[in-house]
Amino acid sequence: MIRFSKYIWIYVCISALVLIPGLYSLVRFGLRPSVDFTGGTLLEMKFSKSVPTETIQSIAKDQQFPVISVQTIGGSSYGIRASVASDEEITKFQAAIAGKTGETPELLKKDTVGPILGSELLFKSVVASLLAITAILLYVAYAFKNIKFGVSAILALIHDVLVVFGSFSLFGHFFGVEVDTLFMTAFLTTMSFSVHDTIVIFDRIREYRKKDPRGNIRDLSDIALNETMGRSLINSFTIIFMLLALVLMGGESVKWFAVALLIGTVTGTYSSPFVATPLVILWDYLEQKKRK
Amino acid sequence: MKKIKRTFVLLLLLAAVLVVIDIPENWTITVPFGSSKQTITLGPPSINTTIFGMKIQKKFSTHLGLDLAGGTQVSLEADMTGIAEADKQDSLESAKQVIERRVNFFGVSEPVVQSAVSGTTYRILVELPGVTNTEEALALVGQTANLEFREVIEDASTASISAYLLPPLETTKSVDISGKDLKKSTIQFNTQTGEPEVGIQFTPEGTKKFADVTKRLVGKRLAIFLDEIPIMAPTVSTEIADGQGVISGGFTVDGAKQLSIQLNAGALPVPVKVVEKRTIGATLGAESVVKSTRAGAIGLGLVALFMIVQYGWLGVLADLALIMYGLITFALYRLIPVTLTLPGIAGFILSIGMAVDSNILIFSRYKEELRKGKPWAIAMELGFGKAWESIRDANFTTIITSIILFNPGNWSFLPTSGLVRGFAATLFIGVVTSLFTGIVVTRTFIRVLYKGPKETKGEQS
Repeated sequence: MIRFSKYIWIYVCISALVLIPGLYSLVRFGLRPSVDFTGGTLLEMKFSKSVPTETIQSIAKDQQFPVISVQTIGGSSYGIRASVASDEEITKFQAAIAGKTGETPELLKKDTVGPILGSELLFKSVVASLLAITAILLYVAYAFKNIKFGVSAILALIHDVLVVFGSFSLFGHFFGVEVDTLFMTAFLTTMSFSVHDTIVIFDRIREYRKKDPRGNIRDLSDIALNETMGRSLINSFTIIFMLLALVLMGGESVKWFAVALLIGTVTGTYSSPFVATPLVILWDYLEQKKRK
Repeated sequence: MKKIKRTFVLLLLLAAVLVVIDIPENWTITVPFGSSKQTITLGPPSINTTIFGMKIQKKFSTHLGLDLAGGTQVSLEADMTGIAEADKQDSLESAKQVIERRVNFFGVSEPVVQSAVSGTTYRILVELPGVTNTEEALALVGQTANLEFREVIEDASTASISAYLLPPLETTKSVDISGKDLKKSTIQFNTQTGEPEVGIQFTPEGTKKFADVTKRLVGKRLAIFLDEIPIMAPTVSTEIADGQGVISGGFTVDGAKQLSIQLNAGALPVPVKVVEKRTIGATLGAESVVKSTRAGAIGLGLVALFMIVQYGWLGVLADLALIMYGLITFALYRLIPVTLTLPGIAGFILSIGMAVDSNILIFSRYKEELRKGKPWAIAMELGFGKAWESIRDANFTTIITSIILFNPGNWSFLPTSGLVRGFAATLFIGVVTSLFTGIVVTRTFIRVLYKGPKETKGEQS
């Protein structure tokens, strides 16, 4: 049997290693909201051969097309972000590109979101998140009827939230990845995963406590972790296989959505034995100490 | 044991039915037939029968969302300034119907037109599969409805026949009464016969115009056009001087309601403004389908292989249950039907990874019991029993989250985006189905097909 509780300091280090850069980036750079949230126009254009982004930028400037950024999105496709642009402006812009590059790019995608809708979506996402987290909280409270377990599960959840947001802040800063509706969806889904695994472990600890009410939480959780670790890893592997396939081969449109799900799954799996459980142990330890 | 066998047979039958429902559309296979080759086109069946007077019509086909099929999605916000509070709902409904009419007239296949009210905002969401020319799309949905009353020019020779036909625009002439002259239209019931009829109220100015026209046209027909398409051509029976017209005669309640809505579209015209517009080219969609399907297949293969490596023969049985799971979910997508979007496919792929979870939980419990020295059959039943609580608890939160994301009540404070909902729908169906396949299907398969691990063979009772 592995005494998992002996290595709590390692878990603290790992979490810190992941959390600190992410948190720093969140505070320093924040997230890059997509047009879903800010409002504006997003075009995806596909050329037969690659075109320097500067060329597209300068054509936009000449045409007074309200471009904000131009990014390569895999191969010779480009994502062009602008403030709200009308259809005529877009057609004109496309024609100007054709004139300069000798090729009419194929318009893969053309999204225009009004600014009202953007702020509305932000509000809706926040409400949905709060509602989901409240529901999870209530469920954890109901399932454990014990504040120690409940609060630890929630703290692990917050840990996971920060990991996901932190990594997307870093991705945003370094790769220009934007946070959109799908990111919010991925985020909420993985939050339910995070609790999912924690519940399985805590269920075990509870089961042993029923048999041995005076048992030390630390010993009991070590037994529980040993027994659930295999299952936890195997299960996460199956999900990770599916998601990795999606990240690597699913195409550009779902790539970052799948990455968000992947990070959420990994941290959700990690946090159950290595954040939630140690928290319960620490809490119990402090409680015992106080009693003495 | 008999009961288990029966369940097993039922499951096999279910699988056969599911395979039929899940057959790819327009799937052609070439079979060598003697010296010639026979080409057979297969497709999912469609039901079109009448049972107990109920018409059942169902085609089992996959519905692809705009992001996969290509097309345009437009959100319109209605400008309700100048429309009385009580009439806002009616006028939104009318505006929606007008757009629906235009879209259908234009021949867009499977369009979606929905109205959405949240607080003080009134919106109409329009999905136009296949339409990637946004200017064309906006011309269809962005205009305000135009209602007009026109006098029918009848000559003696055609009068008797054409009395029952709607007159084309060319055979009518303007009487200078438009939607602006109408105040409101309501459905009402005749006080004597109880039949449904449509009441129209005119504005003071309209009342005057309408009185003149009806006086002149008693016994003749007055046609009503919406967007230059005739909707009704009633015969004027008397002069209407008080601005309270009634159109009656042979309406069903639905028919009267329909006409009233159309009249309101002209009476309560709402200017609409585009707040969101998304267009996805067909190539991007098609590419996404191919790529994500391939990713799903490879992932599935890996998971299946992994289960066999981990659990041997038990893994094979779990994989069989997984195939069953795939068949059920896909059939459900077609039955409900669920509109498949790219995130929806991601949700499905994700749920495959989760579907094996319940089996993994059960098998690891089983192994534990086995280690404690229990005979395998008892250990297996114990594994199922003990794992159930964890499985239920663990999936509960995912179910809750997917319900919140799906937003079944269509609440305005929650996401209403089709993409998010597509994902939530497949995730929800996936988790619920996995509970069934993980517990019932695997258990039955194991009870019937599993003869125990090698070393303990023969111990079973």
